[in-house]
Amino acid sequence: MEDLLTLRDLSVVYPTRFGPFTAIEGINLTLQKGEIHGLVGESGAGKSTIGAAIMGLIPAPGYIAQGQVHLDGMDLRALDAKAYHKLRGARISMIFQDPQTSLNPLLTIEDQLVETIRQHTDQTRTQARDKAIALLQETGIHDAEARMAEYPHQFSGGMRQRVVIALALCTEPDLIIADEPTTALDVAIQKQILQLIRRLAKDRGIGFILITHDIGVIAEITDSVTVLRGGKVMEHGQTAQVLGRPAHSYTRALMAAVPLLDKRLVRFTNIMDSEPKLSAPELSWKVAGASAEYASDWLLAGDRAQAGDGPVLQVRDLDVTFYGNRPFAFGARDGFKALQSVSLQVDRGKVLGVIGESGSGKSTLAKAIVGLVRPSAGEITFEGAPLPLGRDRARTHPARRKIQMVFQDPYSSLNNRRRIEQIIGEPLRFFGLAKTRADRRRLVASVLDLVEMPQRAMLKYPHQFSGGQRQRIAVARALVARPEFLICDEPTSALDVSIQAQILNLLKDLQATFGLSILFISHNLAVVRQMADDVAVLRRGQLQESGPAEAFFEAPQAEYSRQLLAETPSLAMLSATGHG
Amino acid sequence: MIGFVLRRLAQSVFVMLAVSLLAFAMFHYVGDPVEVMVGQETSIEDRERLREQLGLNDPVLTQYARFLGDLVTGNFGFSYRTRQPIGEMILSRMPATLELGFVSLLISLIIGIPAGIFTALRSGGLAAQTILVTTLVGISIPTFVIGLFLIYLFGVQLGWLPTYGRGDVVEIGWWKTSFASWSGLRALILPAITLGVYQLTLTMRLVRSEMQDVMNTDFIKFAIARGIDYRSVHYRHALRNSMVPVITIIGLQFGGIIAFSIVTESVFQWPGMGLLFLDSIRFVDIPVLSVYLVLIALIFVVINLIVDILYFVIDPRVRLKPEAG
Repeated sequence: MEDLLTLRDLSVVYPTRFGPFTAIEGINLTLQKGEIHGLVGESGAGKSTIGAAIMGLIPAPGYIAQGQVHLDGMDLRALDAKAYHKLRGARISMIFQDPQTSLNPLLTIEDQLVETIRQHTDQTRTQARDKAIALLQETGIHDAEARMAEYPHQFSGGMRQRVVIALALCTEPDLIIADEPTTALDVAIQKQILQLIRRLAKDRGIGFILITHDIGVIAEITDSVTVLRGGKVMEHGQTAQVLGRPAHSYTRALMAAVPLLDKRLVRFTNIMDSEPKLSAPELSWKVAGASAEYASDWLLAGDRAQAGDGPVLQVRDLDVTFYGNRPFAFGARDGFKALQSVSLQVDRGKVLGVIGESGSGKSTLAKAIVGLVRPSAGEITFEGAPLPLGRDRARTHPARRKIQMVFQDPYSSLNNRRRIEQIIGEPLRFFGLAKTRADRRRLVASVLDLVEMPQRAMLKYPHQFSGGQRQRIAVARALVARPEFLICDEPTSALDVSIQAQILNLLKDLQATFGLSILFISHNLAVVRQMADDVAVLRRGQLQESGPAEAFFEAPQAEYSRQLLAETPSLAMLSATGHG
Repeated sequence: MIGFVLRRLAQSVFVMLAVSLLAFAMFHYVGDPVEVMVGQETSIEDRERLREQLGLNDPVLTQYARFLGDLVTGNFGFSYRTRQPIGEMILSRMPATLELGFVSLLISLIIGIPAGIFTALRSGGLAAQTILVTTLVGISIPTFVIGLFLIYLFGVQLGWLPTYGRGDVVEIGWWKTSFASWSGLRALILPAITLGVYQLTLTMRLVRSEMQDVMNTDFIKFAIARGIDYRSVHYRHALRNSMVPVITIIGLQFGGIIAFSIVTESVFQWPGMGLLFLDSIRFVDIPVLSVYLVLIALIFVVINLIVDILYFVIDPRVRLKPEAG
C-alpha cells in the first residue's frame, strides 16, 4: 500500500531583516491511512509550519526552500495555486486550536457546512443539508437538525469543536491536520474530542497529523510521533517506543519536565537550557553589593510570623455575584454567581492548590482575596484579623503588602513601557521598604539574582524577555514586597513544559526558603500535585472537596474529583517503563 | 427585537430631554430676550407688559415645561432676525442639507468600501499604495481648500459645472428637491464631492484595517483551509464581519456631515441649514440656535437608533443569547 503522506527533506525559510530564518529543516515523515501521527515540541519548534507547508499555506514571505510533499503519490509542490486550493478541503483539511475563533460568528452552522460541502461536490442544497445533519450526529451533537440553524456563539466550547471537526470532515478528506485541537478545552471535553479523533481515524481511515505541545495528548492517542526542536527532528518512531524508551536526550529532558499526575517530585531534574546562552558582559554587569544572598537576608529580616501557628488565611462562606448591565436605568439585574459559600483555609508556610476547570470561579477567588473583587457575602480572615473586603481595604492596609499575586499571562502582567528596574522597584517605593534610590537599585538587582536572572536585566524592558523570564520578573516583583502570602493564578499555563518546570522549581525553592504561604491556582492536576500540600476543588463556584494533597490524589472523595483525575491524560504507560 | 428597540427609544428620550434643557438654558441665560426684541425708547412699563405676555415671569420649571410642549407640538417660535416662524425657516432649508449629506455619503460608500477592500487584499501592490497615499493627501487638505480647488478647476477653468446654489429645484409638497432636474443634479456634484472626500478616506481606511484584521482570524484561515472559493471568503465571510464596526463610524460621520456641513455650504453658497446656522450666530439669533441644537441632537439620536437596529440585524451575537453549558 502506498503511503498517504510523505515529506522528504522538507525545509521552510522565512526571509527577515537579519537574514533568512530556517523555520524547519530537513523534515522527513510518512503517514499511513488511519494513522495518527503526533508532532510534539515546544514553541518555536516548527510544528505548525509543517502543517502550513502541507496545506500549501505558508504565510508570505516564507517559502519552501527544498524538499518534497507527496499525497498519495501526487507531488503537491508541482501544483499551481488554483489546483492546490481545489485540494484543500477535498483531500486535506484542518482543525484549529480555538473553537471560539475558528467559526464565522455571523453565519449559521448550516450555512458554513452546506457551503463547504457544495464547494467540493455537485450536491443540491437538500442533499448537502442531509449530509451535514448526519455529520453533526456522527461528531456527537444531539438534536442536530434543530441546532443547524444556530450560530457558533450559541454552542459551548466542546460542542463548537465538534462542529469544527464536522466542517473538516464534511468534504471527506484523506488527511486532517489538527493543530492543538484540545489545548483550549477543559480535560473532560479534551478526552471526548480525542476519542472522537481516534474513532474517525479507525472508522473512516483518515490520516491525522496531530500538532501539540502536550505529551499527555501524544501518549493518549497517537500511533507514531515526531519530536521537534528548533525546526529539526530530534527523534521519531512509534509512540510507545519513543516515549517509553526515548533515545534522544532532548526527548528525555522534555519528558522529565512533564509533571506527573501519579507521582510527586521534590524537584524537576535534567532540565535542558532553553534560553539562549548569555554573553560574559551580560553576566558580569553587577550593582555594587547586590547578590542573591543579600536579597535572601533582606527578605528574611522582615518581621515575619513563625511557621506552624495556625491558618494564615481563612475564607468563610464566600459568595461572589457578578451583575450584568441593568436592562435599563431601573429593573432587576441578572446576577451570575461566580462563587457560592466557599470556605477554605491556607496554613502558614503551606501551599493550597485550588483546582478547577474554566468557569469554576478559581480566579474570582484569587481576586476576592487580594481585594480586586467585592464578595457579596462571607468573610476573609488574614493572620487572625478580618480583612476588609473589596475597596474597603485601604491602600495602606498591611495586607496590601503582605498578600502578593503572580498572574497567568506574563505578557500582559508587566507594563511594557517601564524598565524592569521600575517594575520591580515600585513595591519598594510604594511600601516604603527602601528609602533611597541606591538601596532600591541594590535590592532590585539582588532579587533578580535570586530568581536566577542576570542583574543587567533591570536596564531592559519587558518585551526583551521570553515568557519564562517575564514570569521570573513577575515573581521577583511579588517577592520584593516581602509578602507572607502569595497567590499564583495559573502561573505556568502560558509557558512551555521545560520553562514550566523551571518556574515550578523556583517557586518550590522560594517557598522553602522564605516559608511563604501560597494559594496555587491551576486547571492542571499534575502541576498541582507537584506543588500543593493541600488541595481544594472548585466546580461552578462551589467547593467540591478539600483536604491534604496526597490523600486527595490517592483517593479523591467527591465524584467530580474522581472524574477529573480519570480524564487527565496520564503518562502511566511511560512510568511503567521506567520513566525519569 | 421590539423590547430592544423600546429600550433604546426610552434612552433616546432621556438624551433629548438633556439636550432640550441645554437649549432652554441657552434661551434663558444668554442675553435678555426682551432687550433684544424691543427698541431703546420702549418704556419700562411696556417692557414689563411684554415680559408678562411672554411668560418670562413664571417659575423656571413652568417655562421649561412650556418650552418642551412647544417643541413637541412643533411650535418653535420666531426668529429675532427675520421675524419668520423658525419651523418654516428650518423646513425650507433642511431638504438642501439632507440631500447634500445623503449624496456625499453615497459617494463615500460607493467609492470607499470597494477601495477599502481592494487596498486590504492587495496591500503590497502599487495600485493600493497609490490609493492610500492619494487619499492621505485628500484627508490632510482642509475641506474649504478642496472646495475652492474644485470650483476653480471645474467651474472657472473648464466651466463644466455650476459653482454655487442648488440650481433648479422641484417642489414636492414642502420638500424642494434637486434630484428632479438636470441643473439641480449638476449643482449637487461639486459640493457633494467636497463634503464626501473626508468621509470617503475615513471609510476606506476603516474598511481596510477591519478587513485586514478579519483576514487574519482563524475562521478565515479555516475557510481557506476548507477550500472555500476565495470570492466567498472575501465577500461572504470577511466583508460582513468587517462591516460591524464600520457601520457605527459611518453612522456617526453621517450625523456629523449633516450637522457640520457649514464650511462646504458657505463655500458653495448652498442654501442649507449650515448657512442658516452661520447667519444666526452672527445675529445672536438665540431661538433659531436653540431649535437647531435640538434638531441636530434629534438627528444624531435617530441615526444611532438606526445603527443599533442594524447591529441587531447583522450580528447574531447581539440578537441571540448563548445557551448555558
